[in-house]
Amino acid sequence: MSTTTATKPRLTTSAMIASIAAEGQRVTAAPFGKALVALAEARPEIVGLTADLSKYTDLHLFAQAYPERFFQMGMAEQLLMAAAGGMAKEGFMPFATTYAVFGTRRAYDFIHQVIAEENLNVKLCCALPGLTTGYGPSHQAAEDLALMRAIPNMTVVDPCDALDIEQAVPQIAAHDGPVYMRLLRGNVPLLLDEYDYKFELGKAKLLRDGKDALLISSGILTMRALEVATALAADQVDVAVLHVPTIKPLDTATILAEASRSGRLVVVAENHTAIGGLGEAVATALLTSGIAPRFRQIALPDAYMDAGALPTLHDRYGISTEAIGKTLKGWLR
Amino acid sequence: MNTPSERGVEQRLADHAYRIRRLALRMGEVQGQGYVGQALGYADVLAVAYCHALRFKPDDVEWAGRDRFLLSHGHYAIAFYAALIEAGIIPEDELDTYGSDDSRLPMSGMASYTPGMEISGGSLGHGLAIAVGMALGLRLKANPAFVYNSMSDGELDEGSTWEAAMGAAHHGLGNLICLVDINNQQADGPSSKVMGFEPLADKWGSFGWHVQRADGNDLPAVLAAFDTARALPAEKPRVILFDTLMGKGVPFLERREKNHFIRVDPDEWQQAIDILDQNQGAAR
Repeated sequence: MSTTTATKPRLTTSAMIASIAAEGQRVTAAPFGKALVALAEARPEIVGLTADLSKYTDLHLFAQAYPERFFQMGMAEQLLMAAAGGMAKEGFMPFATTYAVFGTRRAYDFIHQVIAEENLNVKLCCALPGLTTGYGPSHQAAEDLALMRAIPNMTVVDPCDALDIEQAVPQIAAHDGPVYMRLLRGNVPLLLDEYDYKFELGKAKLLRDGKDALLISSGILTMRALEVATALAADQVDVAVLHVPTIKPLDTATILAEASRSGRLVVVAENHTAIGGLGEAVATALLTSGIAPRFRQIALPDAYMDAGALPTLHDRYGISTEAIGKTLKGWLR
Repeated sequence: MNTPSERGVEQRLADHAYRIRRLALRMGEVQGQGYVGQALGYADVLAVAYCHALRFKPDDVEWAGRDRFLLSHGHYAIAFYAALIEAGIIPEDELDTYGSDDSRLPMSGMASYTPGMEISGGSLGHGLAIAVGMALGLRLKANPAFVYNSMSDGELDEGSTWEAAMGAAHHGLGNLICLVDINNQQADGPSSKVMGFEPLADKWGSFGWHVQRADGNDLPAVLAAFDTARALPAEKPRVILFDTLMGKGVPFLERREKNHFIRVDPDEWQQAIDILDQNQGAAR
């Protein structure tokens, strides 16, 4: 006689750094760290600074490769930002890393007054952007893009995958001035190599065309948008995806050209609160140009979000592939 | 006992300090306001900094070998411009533009406006953290210049000051000198009432700094403190805590009710300058 033991179902994890990659998805490990190490060989002015989070921002690879050019600032984000500014004043190009919440919220005045006011050549690379951790509001940077967009001189980048990050690193280094880049770390999904795509700072790229709806997206929501488009194609719904990895300056020419093509529903999808991110930036660009298509926003709520497993939270707040697909179908009905 | 040459240095610096005070009062008169209480109190420190301790080239403010002087307390701009004029970096006749539209001399110091102004201060508590980055950068370049961060005692309230103090000690920044003006005056009253910071020397010492405390209006003491800070062989950051008197050199301003922003009536600017001139004449 066989006996079965009733086992409890394994609970989903709300771990802080759970990978955003789906099971079986192709990934690249530490694309930021690798790209920075490669670039730094020819660029001796590149230095790395972190606030006790080198391992969790993939900057440890740089620290191992160039220990004399790596500076540990301790868990002191105000010092991190101001010291990065100080090093830039001495001719270096600091890459400063921490989590997006601590960088953008806690050290805002230091980015605003020390780095951006003097247009210093500091690259802020901040992990756990938007809703990419289940740790709750202390670690969820739902408003980082709004905060960084509001700072004059600041360039803002929201890469989608490992390829985007790999190609963005040398380009943000080539740009003279402060850059805020949302960082995906650890095992980062790789998908844009399947498209005829190259990251170009300041450029939006149409990844696929479609006649029913135009999804304008950045960051990991471009990955979701592409998945949604594939899924809806099976239902004969034809969805275009315009990837906007540079949030500021916004590629308004490409966005306006795509949005003014007649008849399509225009939806902006972003891993960010609906306030002050890509959605509002696109809406402003459209309205001030006299282009008024049917317009909808998929974004995180204006609310303190729950702790929990990422898939649970992405479903709950409407940015999972299934949730976006369902919402979009409802709007197209 | 001082040697004749030391007395010569002190007399020269006293002349510079007198002129810094006088220039600051003239700028204050232009706008009818300005942080002249702080300028008068800090003039001796600035005279020693710009006319003795710092290495710089007046006609090349970007010279790579210059000592960097960071004015974290941006509202001390009026005092700092006076020092820059005395150092030959800014022409004296420019003081008539102080605080006016399109002037290079705005009321709060900003790097992009004024030659010789290293940072945009004013959001208090930034300077020391910037100085840590500059000192790390200079060391990495093997550039022997010093970084001086000048700050007010009010900035001791800011947490970032202590983040930077820890960071500077952790990284052994022997090329960093912090100057603190302790006039015990903040926006809401005496610093000791707003947020007590004593025992201050113990605090800095426990953070790993070499500490000196000096009377910031005693020129020989200021001079000795600067020389000691520069000559120290240890690979640790150094701080000089300067106790100063707001309004120093103009007795009626020294005695005025103590405020962060000291009141000066329209007819008092010239009176204050006359008193400085009389005392300077008597001292010579």
